[in-house]
Amino acid sequence: MKKLAHLLETRQVSSKEIVEHYLGEITRQEPTLNAFITVDGDEALRQAEASDKRRAEHRPLSLWDGIPIAIKDNISTQGLKTTCASRFLANYRPLFDATVVSSLKNAGLPIIGKTNLDEFAMGSSTEYSAYGVTRNPHDQARVSGGSSGGSAAAVAAGEIPWSLGTDTGGSIRQPASFCGVVGLKPTYGWVSRYGVVALAPSLDQVGPLATTVEDAATLFSLLAGPDPKDATSAAARVFEVPTWDGEFIKGLKIGVPEEFFSKGLHPEVEQAVRKGLGALEEQGAILIPISLSTNDYAIDTYLTLVTAEASSSLARYDGVRYGERALALDSNTMFAKSRAEGFGPEVKRRIMLGTYVLSASHYEAYYEQAQRVRTLIKQDVLEAFKQVDVIITPTTPTAAFRIGAKQSPLEMYLSDLFTAMANLSGIPALSVPCGKDSRGLPLGMQVMGNHFSESLLFRLGHFVEKTVGIEGGAVGDKL
Amino acid sequence: MTSYDTVIGLEIHVALLTQSKFLCSCSASFGAPPNSQCCPICLGLPGALPLINEKAVEYATKAGLALNCQINHFSRFDRKNYFYPDLPKAYQITQDAFPLCTKGFLEYYVDDRLVQTEITRIHLEEEAGKLIHSGASIVDSEYSLVDYNRAGIPLIEIVTAPDIHHPRQARLFLEQLRLLMSYIGVSDTKMEEGSLRCDANISLKPNGSSVLGTKVEIKNLNSFRALERALEYEEMRQSQVLYRGGTIRQESRTWDDRAGKTMSMRSKGDAPDYRIFPEPDVPPLYLDPVWVELIRATIPELPLERLRRLEGQYGLSRYEATFLVNYPDFGELFFALVSQHFGYKSIVNFLMGDYARLAREKGHLNPKRIAGLLKIVDEGVISQTQGKGVLDDLFSSDLSAREIVEEKGLEVVGDPGRLRPIAREVLAANRELVSRFQNGETKLFGFFVGQVMRVTQGKADPGVVNELLRDELGK
Repeated sequence: MKKLAHLLETRQVSSKEIVEHYLGEITRQEPTLNAFITVDGDEALRQAEASDKRRAEHRPLSLWDGIPIAIKDNISTQGLKTTCASRFLANYRPLFDATVVSSLKNAGLPIIGKTNLDEFAMGSSTEYSAYGVTRNPHDQARVSGGSSGGSAAAVAAGEIPWSLGTDTGGSIRQPASFCGVVGLKPTYGWVSRYGVVALAPSLDQVGPLATTVEDAATLFSLLAGPDPKDATSAAARVFEVPTWDGEFIKGLKIGVPEEFFSKGLHPEVEQAVRKGLGALEEQGAILIPISLSTNDYAIDTYLTLVTAEASSSLARYDGVRYGERALALDSNTMFAKSRAEGFGPEVKRRIMLGTYVLSASHYEAYYEQAQRVRTLIKQDVLEAFKQVDVIITPTTPTAAFRIGAKQSPLEMYLSDLFTAMANLSGIPALSVPCGKDSRGLPLGMQVMGNHFSESLLFRLGHFVEKTVGIEGGAVGDKL
Repeated sequence: MTSYDTVIGLEIHVALLTQSKFLCSCSASFGAPPNSQCCPICLGLPGALPLINEKAVEYATKAGLALNCQINHFSRFDRKNYFYPDLPKAYQITQDAFPLCTKGFLEYYVDDRLVQTEITRIHLEEEAGKLIHSGASIVDSEYSLVDYNRAGIPLIEIVTAPDIHHPRQARLFLEQLRLLMSYIGVSDTKMEEGSLRCDANISLKPNGSSVLGTKVEIKNLNSFRALERALEYEEMRQSQVLYRGGTIRQESRTWDDRAGKTMSMRSKGDAPDYRIFPEPDVPPLYLDPVWVELIRATIPELPLERLRRLEGQYGLSRYEATFLVNYPDFGELFFALVSQHFGYKSIVNFLMGDYARLAREKGHLNPKRIAGLLKIVDEGVISQTQGKGVLDDLFSSDLSAREIVEEKGLEVVGDPGRLRPIAREVLAANRELVSRFQNGETKLFGFFVGQVMRVTQGKADPGVVNELLRDELGK
């Protein structure tokens, strides 16, 4: 991206040309890829022209002024349809920008469109989108992952240089891993959630997806920071893109939790991650076997909390003020019919589960219990960081699976096996490509760090990318 | 036959008088055109996030302190989930397990007895929007409209222990609570506008029993009178059921003011499951004890303290003191006038007399102008009777009392040289009556005074006239 920024700054290329290039890629690839729900080429070109004008007048809004971006379709964009991949919000145009969108606009980034996801970010494959599945650019018979599948696939396919995703249990990292791109789930609270359509507010975070760690770090620097509109936003902290020297690796203590290398892990994934770990050790890092035994409970805990919060967060879609409204003779029937018609099966399933775990007779056994286990998981993770600087695991148990392969919801939920822990404990986690399997499918390595340790995660990710020599996985043309 | 004790507990919602709403910066004022005071947050648009209005926390804390509550260092917000067209997010942000205030009490008079009612808790929550039905209710309306101006206005819910013993006490409690809220300035407490609302729980138990009976909740109590009447009705209804050997159903009943009775709304089994859980969008409140003390310092003199001061320091009767306490605007006037050295009793008499009637119609006069009037009456420049006329004029003109007196030439004639001829004239014109007076009909004296006053158009100083007439008649 630095190169692109330089070309823009020296006027060797215009923002309009860049946007036109990506719009061309989108036109060419979308019929098969389906990474976007909405493409707003006209507006993106207008923004590009405005950017070129600013550049000509030597007053760009940022170094990255004029470089386009795509936004996951559960992040509010003023006047631009934000469907959450749901029929319910098929024609919903927000009245306001999410804080992250304002930040990007303030930096001069034209927004090219809105990317596909599982409906309301519930899923791990984008198969639950009301607008069709997003195919994996590496193998069109396979899923791109989810729920930020559109954001990951668009970047991997070269339809857009970078994008925004959201991650509640792995929704940035898992598709990043499946598509061979870099994705960060930031520390809870470091990126504003204002304008991000809630799935589970205590877990949701917005994060960057890009082809390189440096680009992801650059994009993250535009997102991170306190927001007075979000009460859960962390107190004033500014992220600065780190320097990329490799000295820090000497003596860096890397925790390797045995629980993440056991059941359900595909041997080729294990091999790739172990190879990466070996390379880091060779460069001077110290591998320390650790135990994160509470991860055995992470999925159950995650599902209980995510469904509980979702059942409440999605209750507002009642057809009264916006979205689809079914005709009925009384308000209760109208609510029920609107929701029955507007929501897909996975959303309904989770709402029912969440309603159940919050109901008076089951609250204690499920919701309250899950909150207790969440506290234990957090303690377990924080305890580990007393011993080690970072924790490295596979991002996902397997490479991208075939479209339609996961028939049972439970099987799908297990996609988050390695990623949910970071959301439950609020820590940051980065997924970086670490090679491909024998079928040529990308694999991902997850680097987790203590709260607000993004800088270290990026440096390590960058080191993996450059020094260790594990190839990245984007397939699209680099501009 | 068993006799029964009545047990009443109240749940009172008080709308806080903050400028902006509880969770967004929209205006919280009353009476704006429908849906003109809304934003993404109070409309519950996707992605909008709530932000706690500190002023609401301050007002709730103030209410808690005025009600002698413990202000909790830690309190938490929860989501109460239910579907209704006036509830934009389909959940209400409220405080369930960890309310802001707990364990307080309110002291008030029931007749001459000072009683205490325990306040179990006070918590903060958001108001819903307002439904306007085309028909009588949502069920039998062709359509209903929603006004979200009210959605998100901050409320406090005050819950009492079940230790109120009769309907009238419940009313007196609520009146005192309303007064307290207006003294501390956190609410305009208008029951007719819904800024003060009350639900009542009532049960009967056998006389002396420590076990509470089955309670019934009464809703839709829109006035003090409705509260008292509904409780009286329900007390009677429940006792009749019990005397017949029946049992009380735990249920919610609504008060029909016109019919004068309560009617069943829903039984316990139909009560919704609100699936309450901690609100993830709003971090818990941790109140700094120093801040709480700063709020405590802003609490003015409260009604009961004022009552005691008026009785003790100024020697007013309970009746007079209660008047000044219950109408704090009159109370403030009293204190303003007291500081100008008038007799306490004469001020109260003045305020409670014609002044009260006129002030209620036309609004209060500036205390300086009132003082001006009291002064010239005190000095005898005009008579009490003339004072009433000047008071009328004070309400309709900008002149001071003295200016009015001058303009109308109202000064009292106290000069015996001018009055004696008039007195003589009056007596001369009524010879027959004079002789009757001299034969013992002393009550005729008043008539002669009246005649002199009539001739002087009320300007004569009654004291001087009395003296002159006595002198003349004694001759």
